[in-house]
Amino acid sequence: MLELKALSRHFGGVRAVDGIDLAVAGGQIFGLIGPNGSGKSTTVNVITGLLPPTSGTILFRGEDIGALPTHLRLRAGIARTFQNIRLFGQLSVWQNLWVAQNSAEDRARQGFFARWLGGQGGVREEIARLLEFSGLAHKQDELAANLAFGEQRRLELARALAARPKLLLLDEPAAGMNSEEIAQLRDRILKLRDTGITIVLVEHVMELVMGVTDRIAVLNFGQKIAEGTPAEIQAHPAVRKAYLGGEAA
Amino acid sequence: MDFYFSLAQLIGVHTLLGLSAYIVLLTGQVSLAQAGFFAVGAYTAGMLTVLAGWHLVPALGASALSGAAVACAVGFPALRVKGLMLVIATLAFGEGVRLFFFNFDYQVAVDGIRLGPLGGEGFRQIRFFPENGWGTGEVMLFMWVFVIAAMALLWWFDRSRYGSVLRAVGEDELAAQSVGINLTAVKVSAMTVGGAIAGVGGGLYAHYTTHIEHSSFNILVATFAIAYPILGGLRNVFGTLLAVIFVQGFLVEGLRFMGDWRNLLFGALIVLAMNLRPSGFLGGRRRA
Ligand SMILES: Nc1ncnc2c1ncn2[C@@H]1O[C@H](COP(=O)(O)OP(=O)(O)OP(=O)(O)O)[C@@H](O)[C@H]1O
Ligand SMILES: [Mg+2]
Repeated sequence: MLELKALSRHFGGVRAVDGIDLAVAGGQIFGLIGPNGSGKSTTVNVITGLLPPTSGTILFRGEDIGALPTHLRLRAGIARTFQNIRLFGQLSVWQNLWVAQNSAEDRARQGFFARWLGGQGGVREEIARLLEFSGLAHKQDELAANLAFGEQRRLELARALAARPKLLLLDEPAAGMNSEEIAQLRDRILKLRDTGITIVLVEHVMELVMGVTDRIAVLNFGQKIAEGTPAEIQAHPAVRKAYLGGEAA
Repeated sequence: MDFYFSLAQLIGVHTLLGLSAYIVLLTGQVSLAQAGFFAVGAYTAGMLTVLAGWHLVPALGASALSGAAVACAVGFPALRVKGLMLVIATLAFGEGVRLFFFNFDYQVAVDGIRLGPLGGEGFRQIRFFPENGWGTGEVMLFMWVFVIAAMALLWWFDRSRYGSVLRAVGEDELAAQSVGINLTAVKVSAMTVGGAIAGVGGGLYAHYTTHIEHSSFNILVATFAIAYPILGGLRNVFGTLLAVIFVQGFLVEGLRFMGDWRNLLFGALIVLAMNLRPSGFLGGRRRA
């Protein structure tokens, strides 16, 4: 589904991502973990095209997408959420999902006029389904900025799903959540995987990562120091040293 | 009565200017280019009615098209700059247009009289309204048909998905791209629509004043254009209308005694407004 080959992204002297090779198989939940500043978010930004790579190749479903701008990568099927939530705060919950109706199917379904200048009729059902899935139906007319933190996270996930992605990149979706919210998030992630969406989960919350992922890669100082199943990663000495040990200290 | 009619005409034209900046501002672009589009529309319509003998209505159509074409051409390079750099770049464009008309001569003899733009002298005798016997009241009503049409158009945009997309881009370009919005198409289209509206405004302006010159399209006009939606807020088009009424009806008339100091006050106002709303217009959060 997604393949990174010798991917690097440097900021001046900072090697935020430094020659990463990764392969994410279709239908997997793939964990991407590592200490603060190890390059996880930068990797996500490079995959979605917000940052150009310094070098290396990004293959999505076998095709090199390195030259595509961000919005076309989304239409090709790569959606994401942000570590620090980036909703359109002055739009309503409903409108946040409305503007995100940009999948190839949605673009083909409606003519230019109906799509851009038509009213809210044509997409009602689709958006209602997303609202239902994220438990936000009762808040649809609320401004996104006025939502509680957990609701904002849910809305951002729904907004990413509005693009009908094949690959979903979640950058620390559980950050700041309580354990009940994390349990709900876990259910949602598993449900999404069951609908056939491949998921890359960047996360610090170990109970979530270890519980849902099929495979995990560990980054440290921009390099991949380990990859394997959750059990393998937990037992890996270099990981314990760089990451799990570091957290305990 | 005539005083109120001409004030209503002025308010109408400035509302069109403000609306042209409003739609551009929705996408987060602070543009000082609107006076340039206004000038292009003014000279286009004036030349068509005076030199080519067109009726005003098709001439205004040509104003809209020429304003839109120039705005579209400005929209692409404008994508590359943001915030203050965009303000300066669009200001430079507007000044460029003004200087172009300062040097623009195109005179033709009509019925033995040489008419048309004459550089710094300006373009006199744009006499479509008096020649056709329109009174001030009729002219005012005619102008307001266009103002209301432009307001209705933008109101409709605001209610449609396009309006939400414009606002999404204005709020957070990174997030907008990340949900699949094509920034180029959205920002350039907003600039183009804005150019069309400013062009019509310019065409109407040329005909009700009957005399235009380069200084009718100076920085002050550009500043007014962007000040209206900033002062009126971006909730809907009526904010812009209210701001125009406030500025032209009260400030300009009321502060006449301040002379040139008045202009300084407007500059200070705009700087103040921008500082009060930095996240809305001038970038905001940078890191993804
Ligand atoms: N736009 C930028 N300009 C300069 N340096 C950057 C930029 N973005 C990230 N960095 C640097 O790159 C490194 C990797 O940052 P990144 O955000 O990818 O880490 P991360 O693994 O997501 O960390 P966290 O767990 O804290 O989110 C850090 O040293 C960071 O300071
Ligand atoms: Mg991060």
